[in-house]
Parts: sequence; structure tokens; C-alpha cells
Amino acid sequence: MAQYNTYNHVEKIKTKDTKRYLWWLPLLVAVSPIIGIKIYEATGNPLFPWLTPILWYIFIPLGDFVFGRDDANYRDSRSEEIENDVFYKWLVFLSVPLFYVTWIYSAWWIATVANSTTAYLGVTIGVALTNGLALVVGHELGHKNNQQEKNLAKLVLAVPAYGHFSAEHNRGHHKDVATPDDPASARLGESLYKFILREIPGAFVRAFHDENVRLKRKGKSVFSIENQILQSFFITFLLYGGALYTWGPVILPFILISTLWGWQFLSTSNYIEHYGLLRQKQEDGRFERTRPEHSWNADHIVSNIMTFHLQRHSDHHSRPTRRYQVLRSDDAPQLPTGYAGCFTMAYLPFLWRKVMDHRVLEQYNGDILKANLDPKKRDALIRKYTKGDSNE
Amino acid sequence: MNKYVCPGCGYIYSEESGDEFEGFPAGTKWIDIPADWACPSCAVRDKQDFQKFED
Repeated sequence: MAQYNTYNHVEKIKTKDTKRYLWWLPLLVAVSPIIGIKIYEATGNPLFPWLTPILWYIFIPLGDFVFGRDDANYRDSRSEEIENDVFYKWLVFLSVPLFYVTWIYSAWWIATVANSTTAYLGVTIGVALTNGLALVVGHELGHKNNQQEKNLAKLVLAVPAYGHFSAEHNRGHHKDVATPDDPASARLGESLYKFILREIPGAFVRAFHDENVRLKRKGKSVFSIENQILQSFFITFLLYGGALYTWGPVILPFILISTLWGWQFLSTSNYIEHYGLLRQKQEDGRFERTRPEHSWNADHIVSNIMTFHLQRHSDHHSRPTRRYQVLRSDDAPQLPTGYAGCFTMAYLPFLWRKVMDHRVLEQYNGDILKANLDPKKRDALIRKYTKGDSNE
Repeated sequence: MNKYVCPGCGYIYSEESGDEFEGFPAGTKWIDIPADWACPSCAVRDKQDFQKFED
């Protein structure tokens, strides 16, 4: 019989924060399109405008392979100390202006300096990936219970034009996670592409619906200045509008590609974070409480550093306000590698399903009816997996 | 005036101060909070999971 968890976790306790200074690395990634441009200008090597995509799609998965997992946690008292150390949150705060610097510098460079389409495209996809990282930072900030961090979240989410994220994610996704009601939880049998087309509009509609409900209680219109989503999109309008006004239509492909690819980055994260997992319905009709077994995790250290521990996802869903530096590695479903490698797998649906479908089934001891199934494939999946063949 | 605490994250709803951001003015009674309202801090727990909080 299959194990309850595919990865048997033996808890390791550590007292020293060995990752303390590694948390600078995502900030370096945030400006990596500029670093790539500068090296390209110095050397003429046409690979360097592609530095950020090469980092994300090649070197980070390779780093995960070489450096492996870090699944150590802190004792509660030590954890509290590290959580309250302001060094960590200031690193996140510092990253916020960097996303603006990268976006504006890259836009200026491709509009006025870039001399080839491949350099234009490399930098654009690089900025798409830093936009993805801006979403990770917006996620970390948006979960906090103070206005300072919530405002910074709005500011940083304006760069990838995803100002509705906090409303959608905190009140929507966290409430409905791993249920068929959640547009941001992927279903078994659903391809990434089908998921993106369901998630992006679904998230947008849910965010505005929830914000509208909140504003109505206050007697305000959805178009009120208090609308948190519109506040962020207003900053996006200034940023994108300013770039279009200054540099003209040459900047349009940059804006479209970097924005849409950045959204894809977020959607792909959501796709892999809960694929096929389902909270069971209780007798009273409510879904069971969100538990560690409702998220996929990856303890791979390199990609975990790059995503501010987002891959310790079960703990994040159990305690959403906990700061990134002390998120715990849980005895919970494990992805085969970090997000960077999983992204590429998810781009190839046949590969993703080959690697993941049997992992989902193992979570439910082979009982396909307990998984979150794509309704269009439900009958076919049940036929396929009730023949006792859970490895295909 | 009563207080209610989220058993997941410790968010406290106080009837006395309400929750301005959520659209519940000071003095809004617990009974008047919508049944489908979830904890605004963690969204892991719903209204019916909240427990009465004694200072």
C-alpha cells in the first residue's frame, strides 16, 4: 500500500540561521536583467540579455539538483526570535524599489539602446520573471496585518499589473484552497494551459466580488477611492502609461510580454502548489480545515531562497501571517523538485501528469474519488485509476 | 461588549471597536457579522470557528 506521504520527513532542528545572508540573493535576481544588460554591453556576448531566463530555467533547477534539500526547522523560542528580527523584513522592503528600477531601466534600454530583437526579447522575458518575483514579494507583504506592509504590497504588485492579488489571494484562495470552488487550485487531469485560462479570469472576478462586498458594507461604491485593487492599478497605469508616452509603441511588446508572462509565472506557481489535492467534505457540509496535506512542498534550498520560502507551502497555508524566514518544513506532500524545475515540467502536460498524477493518488491511498478531479475528465480518470493501476 | 478570537491566528474581533477596514463600525455586534465571513487575517478559519475571548 502506498505511503501516506511520498517523502518521510525526519525533523531536523537547528539553532543557527544559516540562510540569514542568503536572503540577499533574491534581491540580486530582482536586478539581474540590468546586470545582464551591463555584461552584454561590456562583452558583446548575446547570451547576457537572457541572463534572468537562463538563471530561472537552467541554473536554479541545476542548483536544486546539486545543493538538494534543506528541511531543518527552528525550535519555537528560536523561531520567534528570528521572526521578530527586522533584518528579514527590511530585505523584503528593499526589494520593492528594485522591481521599479529594473522595470524602468529595462524599458528605457530596449526602447533606446537595444539593437537586436533577441536582446529585446531576452530582457523582456527577464523582466517577466522579475515581475513574477515581485508577485512573490507582494504575496509576502500582503499577508501581514499592518498597513505599512499592505501598502508596500499594493506598490510592488503594481509593477506586474496584478493589484487584485492581495484581495483575491488572502480572502479568496486561502478560504477556498484545495476545493473545487477555488479557481487558483488545480485539478487532477487539468493541464497548465487550461488552468491558466480558468484561474486568471476567475481570480480577477473573485477579487472584485470580494472587494465589492467589503466596500458595500462600508456604504461605498466599487469605484470608490478606497478600493484597494484600483489603488494598485492606478500606479500601474502611471508606470505603463508613462513608459508608452515617453517611448511610444516600441515599448508595447515589452509591456504585453513581460506582463502576461509574469502572470503566467504566478499561475504556474498556483498550478503546482495544490495540483489534484482536495479538502474532504464533512458531514455538516463544510470542507475540512486546511491542513498540511492540502499543499505540495519542496525543500530544495536554491529555489526556496529565490522564492522567499514559498515552497514551504503547507506551513504557509496553516499560518498565513508567519514571516518567510521561519516558515517550517512540514511532513507534507512533496514535489519532485523546486518550483523552477516544476515550472518546466508543468509546461509539458504529458510530463507533468506522468510525474504528478501517481503522487496525488498516493496521497489518497489510491482512492481517486478523494482527489480534486477535472470534471470534464472525471469519468475517464475514475475508469483509468480504479483498475488498480495507480502508476500510470 | 464581547470579543471573539480566531483559533487559527489569534485575530481578535472586538464588538466595541469593530473592524473599520472590514466595514464593521465600532459597536457592531457579533451576531450581525455575516455567517460566511472568514477571519480577515488568515482566512483559514470561518466565523463559526471563532471562540469567545476573555481578557
